[in-house]
Amino acid sequence: MLIEFVNIAILALLAVTALAAIRLHDLFAVAMMFGIYSLLASVMFVVLDAIDVAFTEAAVGVGISTVLMLGTIGLVGRHEQKPAHRPLLPILVVTITGAALVYGTLDMPLFMDPAAPAQQHVAPYYLNESPEQIGIPNVVTSILASYRGYDTLGELAVIFTAGIGVLGILGLRRRKRPGHEGTSE
Amino acid sequence: MILASTAVGLLIAMAFALTRAIKGPTVYDRILASNALGTKTVLIIAVLGFLVGDPGHYIDIALMYVLIGFIGTIAVLKVSEFGDLGQTQPVDSEPPK
Repeated sequence: MLIEFVNIAILALLAVTALAAIRLHDLFAVAMMFGIYSLLASVMFVVLDAIDVAFTEAAVGVGISTVLMLGTIGLVGRHEQKPAHRPLLPILVVTITGAALVYGTLDMPLFMDPAAPAQQHVAPYYLNESPEQIGIPNVVTSILASYRGYDTLGELAVIFTAGIGVLGILGLRRRKRPGHEGTSE
Repeated sequence: MILASTAVGLLIAMAFALTRAIKGPTVYDRILASNALGTKTVLIIAVLGFLVGDPGHYIDIALMYVLIGFIGTIAVLKVSEFGDLGQTQPVDSEPPK
């Protein structure tokens, strides 16, 4: 009962944060909104007992991606430019698409429905066998770290390559910092 | 009972902190608000741990959140002071409003 209330409250806070991130025009504040959003989302993951996902969300969303966005703001300036077009047509398109997607979810199985196809394939095997096979108390952890270990390793390779690429783009030569002329070191 | 009321109180405090983070006229209001929100998050994870009956794991997570929130706060403060993450000296410009 209380857990449901916490879920609803945190989802409401998430929606408010997302709307604020869209409405604000100060990119510095928007970066902080993204940090707050990741913080709240990781609470959601903790409530759902996916502790590893919560760890990743906190480390990446609150820590690293805030730092990366702030570094980008240092390069491009703090204020969003006024959009050149009216928002009416995009809002219309997004509303229709969202309504179609919500209509599509009506045919999907309910949240935590044990008869859903996703719960019938390998999930019972994981739930039954992972304490003996892997020995990690949390099932999500044992799936991520062991049953899908090669998948996680591949993700690591992708992220490492992306990091090297970004460093190659950003760090090849010294550049003048825009907006701070006269403060060369 | 007391844990439930603590959780509800923390959620209300999170709503207030989020309001300040959205409205906050200056950058420092927002930094303080998001810092307070991080603290409330850690506390609510600890309270949820006791509610679920598995405080050991949840308190570990809460501790890691404290450490990570510290990194984010340092980065935000550095950008607001120096205007850039790579800068080591303060720039001779107005502090951001």
